Parts: sequence; C-alpha cells; structure tokens
Amino acid sequence: MYGKGRIIPALILFLGLMTTPMWYKSGDAGKMPKPEKPKDYTECVAPTAYMRTSHMVLLNEWRDDILREGGSRVGKTANGTEYVRSLQNGCMKCHNDKKKFCDACHNYTSVKPYCWDCHLQPKEAM
Amino acid sequence: MRIMSPLIAVLALVLVALVTAQVPGGQALLGIILPYLAFALFLGGVVYRVQHWAKSPVPFRIPTTCGQANSLPWIKQNKLDCPSTKAGVIGRMLLEVLLFRSLFRNTKAEIYEGPKLVYGSSKFLWLFALLFHYCFLVIILRHLRLFMDPIPGFVAALEFGDGFFQIGLPVFYQTDAIFLGALAFLFLRRVLLTNIRYISLPADYFPLFLISGIAITGILMRYFLRVDVVAIKQLTHGLATFSPAITGQIGSIFFVHIFLVCALLIYLPFSKLMHMAGVFMSPTRNMMNNSRMVRHINPWNDPKIKPHSYASYEDEFREFMVGADIPVEKELPAQPAEEEVAKAVE
Repeated sequence: MYGKGRIIPALILFLGLMTTPMWYKSGDAGKMPKPEKPKDYTECVAPTAYMRTSHMVLLNEWRDDILREGGSRVGKTANGTEYVRSLQNGCMKCHNDKKKFCDACHNYTSVKPYCWDCHLQPKEAM
Repeated sequence: MRIMSPLIAVLALVLVALVTAQVPGGQALLGIILPYLAFALFLGGVVYRVQHWAKSPVPFRIPTTCGQANSLPWIKQNKLDCPSTKAGVIGRMLLEVLLFRSLFRNTKAEIYEGPKLVYGSSKFLWLFALLFHYCFLVIILRHLRLFMDPIPGFVAALEFGDGFFQIGLPVFYQTDAIFLGALAFLFLRRVLLTNIRYISLPADYFPLFLISGIAITGILMRYFLRVDVVAIKQLTHGLATFSPAITGQIGSIFFVHIFLVCALLIYLPFSKLMHMAGVFMSPTRNMMNNSRMVRHINPWNDPKIKPHSYASYEDEFREFMVGADIPVEKELPAQPAEEEVAKAVE
C-alpha cells in the first residue's frame, strides 16, 4: 500500500465521523420521554395514535377553519364530550403543563414548534 | 431498457420492504438486522476499496494540467490549475471537493450550419450537482437528531435554517424541495440530452432512482403519511447505542425508507458512488506538477539493475556494431598492422 501516512489517518477519520452517534455522548436509548397525561380526563379530541403522529396538522386545521373560514370554536369528541378548539383554552386546559407534556417529546426529537412565539404558556397566563 | 431495469429494481425493493414489514419478525429484520449489516458493509466496503486503490503505485506525476505550469520566472504560473507546491495542491483539492471546480469548467459543443463547431460554457450541471450534494449533506446531518441524545446544537441550527420560512406543519424543509429538483435535473439531463442518453448505463440510472426513492419516502413520511417520531427515535437511537427495540407502532413507510437507505449503503462502496472517496485519491488532481524540479524514481525498480548509459552500451557492443555497419561514436582502437603481428609470432 502506498501513501500509508495519509490514507490510514484519513480512513480512521472517516470511520470516526461515520460512527459519531455510536461513541459521542450517545446517551441511553432506554430513556424514553414520558409525557404526563392529564389525571381528570381520559379521552382526547382524537384517538391517541392519530394525536401522536398528527396533532400539529389538527392544530393547523383548527386555525384555518376558525380564523379563515369562520368555523365553530366548539368541537365534540367521539364520545360526545364538548371541547374548545383552541391551543391555549382547549389543549392546555387538560394538558396544563407544557414542560411535562409538549416538551417531553419535542425535546427528545429536536422539534421546536413556533406555537409559543405568539401563544402564551399556561403558567405565564396566570 | 437501460432506464427500465434500474427503475424496476428500485420498485421491487420498495415492494420487498412493504411485504416484509407485514410479516411477523419482518420489522426487526428491516429495522435492526439489515441496518447493522448494511452499515458494516458500507464501512468495510469503503475501507476495502480505498486500500485496494492505494495498492496501485503512481510513481510519476500525472496531474491534469489545466493552466500554465511553473516555468521561467517571467511566465505567470496558474497556481491552482497546475500546482507545483503542496499548498497549491491543497487549494486545488479544496476547490474540487467543496465547490466542484472541474464541473465548473464544463463546456458544451454545438454544431451550427457551415459546419461551424462552437464551444460554450455550461454551468447547469455544476449548479445542480452542487445543490444536490449540499442538500444531501444537510439532510444527512439533520437525521442526526434521530441517532443522538442529547442532540448537538448545530443540528437544531440546521433545522431552523432549513425550515426558515415556517411553511406548514410539520415545518417544510427547503432542502427537501431543492434536493428533489436537483435529482430531477440530473435525471432529465440523462434522458433529454441525446449524447448523454447514449452513454448512460443502468449503473447511472439506478443510484438516481434509489436516491429519489429515499427522498420521496422520506418526504411522504414527514409531510403526508406521518409516523410516530418518538417510536422511530427509540429504534434509531437504539441502533446507535446497540440496544435497538421496536415497541411502538411504526408505519410501513418508515420500513420502506430504511430499506432503501440500507440498499444505498450496501450499493455505495461497489458503485460509481465511491467518487465520495475517489475524489481524494485521483492522482490527476492530488499530485504536484513538479516533474521538472524533482527527479521521481520508480519505487519498484529492481535495485540490482544498474543504470546503463549509451556510452557503456557502446563499449560493450562496439565490435558487433562496427561489424554490422552501425555508426558508433567512438571507433574501435586501431588494429595493429599485420607485419607487427607476424613479428610477434616469430
């Protein structure tokens, strides 16, 4: 092999870069986020599986429907419970701790929603 | 046919992943066993190819000379395009690797009536190749959020910059659109330009289709079909920390995506995509053009074979050369006269 002095360090650098997540502060995979669920309510506005993957779409739909189409503020769950279609007055009424609910998963997956650029967190509102 | 066979191959890969994800145990195969296998083959394959290339001796200087070589002091040297120093080579390589300088020099030839041959600059390939590669880099770095915990700060910065316009939810990433656009350009270029189509092979189309497949499944997964990212991070972060587990419900689209990525990782070391490492090892780019300053000796010359100058060659064969009427630089020593020979005999 020719050019060992350059090629071997370059290969080691390549392997090191490629395996970064395996050695650099990779943490513990068992450390899953546990968003705190509300104690007083058992039913959300949509099934859990849908809320897990698509809650942001639902929020966008509410905004477009209410602010742009003049839609109703009141929604009904599958079991007929009425709720307010609103982030601050609806979602945060049950999920009242942003840090323990929203942030748990968002921080875990590096998602930074811009909801709170305008909306107030429950604590701040009080 | 040269387009259809790679397209069918990629579609078949998608189908295989879709079916396997439904079979019991198939998700573990696609999500855990195959990624490890593919990653090991990728790393091993790249190292193998590079050390294999490194076995080829390059005893003499063969850089492509794209400008004036180092010459007399009053002739201006083109230090980047015909470097004769280490710094020049480093500059040339940096421009090549980071900015694709050789593609920037791309020209097109057209024939007009007359016939008249016209050469012109052609920058689109350079532009879209650059967009494609940098978007790919950003997309790969963005994926680190799924493999690391805590997530490094630059990943969040990349995500913020990439989703700067805050279009839609989940936030739209510009690189996704630019990436697909650049891929479309690279594909259409091969299909629409007749001279490029003529030299395009399945090995050219397959990576384009495969990478498009990865991009499309990724975009579907983020914006349209949507999957449980927390469940996915548990799996991918588990892969990085050697404790993978699939507990949550992960949509099939994720398994198609990861299967195509594994296919790319396995394919990469044994395909033209190895230009990733090859660009660093191109002797036509990474050598100094200093043949006129330094004597380069072939390293595998047999030391027992000594240099044989013409003078000593002629000394060895002069008699035969004279005998065969071949002109010589030094004549044979004058023959002693016959009488003297006779005397000596007496």
